[in-house]
Amino acid sequence: MKATFKVYRYDPELDSKPYYKDYEVEVEPTSILLDVLNDIKWHQDGGLTFRRSCGHAICGSCGMTINNQNRLACQTLVKDVDISKPVKIEPLKSYPVIKDLVVDMDKFYNKMFKVKPYLYNESTPVAGEFLQSIEDQQLIEEAASCIWCGCCTSSCPSFWADDDYLGPAALLKAYRFIFDTRDDLKEERLRIVNDADGVWRCHVIFNCVEACPREINITEFISRLKTKVVTTKL
Amino acid sequence: MVQFHYHDVIVVGAGLAGTRAAVELAPIADVAVISKVFPTRSHSTTAQGGAAAALSNNTKKGMDSWLLHMFDTVKGSDYLGDQEVIEYFAKEAPKAILEMEHWGTPFSRMPNGKIAQRPFGGHQRDRIAYSADRSGHMLLHALFEQSVRLNVKYYSEFFVMDLIIDDDDDGNKVIRGVVGYDIRTSELHIWQAKAVVLATGGGGRIYSTTSNAYEYTGDGYGMIYRAGLPLQDMEFTQFHPTGLYPLGILITEGVRGEGGMLLNSKGERFMEKYAPDFLDLAPRDVTSQAIYTEIQEGRGVGPKKDHVYLQIHHIGRDNILSKLPDIWNFAMTYTGVDCTKEPIPVMPTMHYIMGGIPTDLHSGMVVAHVGEDGNPDQWVNNLYAAGEAACESLHGANRLGANSMSDTIVFGRRVGKHIYDSLKDIKTPDLNEDVGVEQEKKMKVILDRTEGEKVSKIREELQDAMWAGSSVFREEAKLQGAMKIVKDLQKRFNNVIVEDKSPSFNMELKEAIELENMLNYAEAVLAGCDFRKESRGAHSRVDYKKRNDDEFLKHTMIFKQEEKEPAIVQRNVSITRFQPQERRY
Repeated sequence: MKATFKVYRYDPELDSKPYYKDYEVEVEPTSILLDVLNDIKWHQDGGLTFRRSCGHAICGSCGMTINNQNRLACQTLVKDVDISKPVKIEPLKSYPVIKDLVVDMDKFYNKMFKVKPYLYNESTPVAGEFLQSIEDQQLIEEAASCIWCGCCTSSCPSFWADDDYLGPAALLKAYRFIFDTRDDLKEERLRIVNDADGVWRCHVIFNCVEACPREINITEFISRLKTKVVTTKL
Repeated sequence: MVQFHYHDVIVVGAGLAGTRAAVELAPIADVAVISKVFPTRSHSTTAQGGAAAALSNNTKKGMDSWLLHMFDTVKGSDYLGDQEVIEYFAKEAPKAILEMEHWGTPFSRMPNGKIAQRPFGGHQRDRIAYSADRSGHMLLHALFEQSVRLNVKYYSEFFVMDLIIDDDDDGNKVIRGVVGYDIRTSELHIWQAKAVVLATGGGGRIYSTTSNAYEYTGDGYGMIYRAGLPLQDMEFTQFHPTGLYPLGILITEGVRGEGGMLLNSKGERFMEKYAPDFLDLAPRDVTSQAIYTEIQEGRGVGPKKDHVYLQIHHIGRDNILSKLPDIWNFAMTYTGVDCTKEPIPVMPTMHYIMGGIPTDLHSGMVVAHVGEDGNPDQWVNNLYAAGEAACESLHGANRLGANSMSDTIVFGRRVGKHIYDSLKDIKTPDLNEDVGVEQEKKMKVILDRTEGEKVSKIREELQDAMWAGSSVFREEAKLQGAMKIVKDLQKRFNNVIVEDKSPSFNMELKEAIELENMLNYAEAVLAGCDFRKESRGAHSRVDYKKRNDDEFLKHTMIFKQEEKEPAIVQRNVSITRFQPQERRY
């Protein structure tokens, strides 16, 4: 069967303003959207530009907006979208467009770096590993599976309204270390997230949870972070 | 405008091996990492099952030791792995894993709080440290995060095209830096450095069915081979037994580690025939060859009888969802199969290149030439390789699962330490005036060409030819047929066109330059396959079914020659503790 894909195009070097271009592609219900984009690039229009690498939802390169939802193209199948109308494919919202579906994610990465995203400990065991219970490891495992794709932060109305807001991904990253039994920078990180642009800007809208391709319950983790902030003497 | 940079050390590639080297050097040297993708997008992140190390945390099958890990690796390599290298590896792997734990990797745990370890193919002990089925992701993120703490400089989304190599006073070659460009602007950049580490990963994308990322195009192999330097053992390409049918997406060996089994159309657990002791946890070469044999003899499943089943639902839903959550997701998303209830359709998929850039056994420095006695007699001074890009040779003719993640951190670290020790004696390099001219011209020629063939057309033909000519089973006529096609595609590449003429984020131009690399090392793969007239490990020749130690217990060193077939010489294998035996599982 055939489906039409209405794709956002903009090359600041060549175009005075963005436009949409329609591509008709032969698809199956099980066709993957990333394969559709590759098919267009390789066989119809070599200029169409997007990032991609692993092709199975673990590298986080191909975050984009598909029919107004933030998703990974490699994790979205034709049967998951309505093809009775042209399928609209656009770059992730709120990040500057470099070209077509490629956005400048520096703003997103810099927020991640703000929460000191690394384990820090004053001293390591002389022999062997830090011991950690199964339960303590499970406190952080889901949060640690974030792939930095940027889908959540780009979907967050609080982030649309306030560019300085740390956003869901950076708060999730802070959670991942604050709740890691091996980390010694907890209070410093709690102070960072307790800032005016931190956890209190989260209004529990759940867009991030809906957008997350890893199905991480981000809002829940931010809520636990809020509790931790108010129950810790800073 | 060409931009110049100087750093003491340049690392090319931001996966586990490159980042590990950078983290080792960051406290004492000016080190920068150049990566064509943002670091956490590197292919290491896709590794699922875990990293092998004789920690002896899980002693269900008895105490573990470095010697046993060494033996399993030597046997797994079909005796082609260099034993001095394997011994170092087996001794260092536990330290490297513990270091990663101290740096924050959220390893899965045992009830006593220690790192959990699972079984894997070809390993006699349960020695695979893991983090559910996202081990590569967890290791890479922890390591990248430590590099952030150490302020490692990244050139993210910059593409390295070539090495700058000169002749040294002592008859060796010497590295001076690298040439590449900023993907965002297409502006040429030249990096001068005292030492360079190639951690550019592998290149499964020369095959039509692969678990490898789109970005996995063997750029390091291409750079080395085009520079007239040898590639080693390229015939040893690993086909992972369980790629998700028909896409080839990786389904970790951890599924079989957790109790999964392979079934044919008769419902038989066919590995009983091929590996009576190890069964489904035989090494990958044995298992992929078994699956292909089942299919060829008509016992495949599905309408085309072209794949087999991997059953895991008998271990129970809770076990699957806690230990293999991503696998459940992949099977469900891409094939609609709920693996808590039904078997996963799988087929072998191109996964890993055991061969690569030959390195010195003790330092990781790149070997430029082998003398008549079969030992290296010339190196590229201060140029190193690590990880899948390198051929140490740790894996020989067949890599054991979970040895590659340990490989990256053990040898990334070793290369870092070696550079650390030698840096003060290296003079700041001079560069010739014409550096970068050739690369700038190459980009311009491709961009200016208006008539010819598209990148994708040539690449698709390459991938099909490689699969038809050199997948799990090989034979002379098919190999030579594939070589003829590749040689022809190399000619056609001189006429390649890109439709995208913009300097901004020109992914099509990048794909063209990647394709040139692919066309080069694909030739080396086929040349190695044709030369090695025996069956060993992952290289299975239907016309030479036996291993032939008399002629081929040697590494293959493959050199590019203009307008001719590649030149091949043999390099000695380091055999210290374990003499070759017949390999049974």
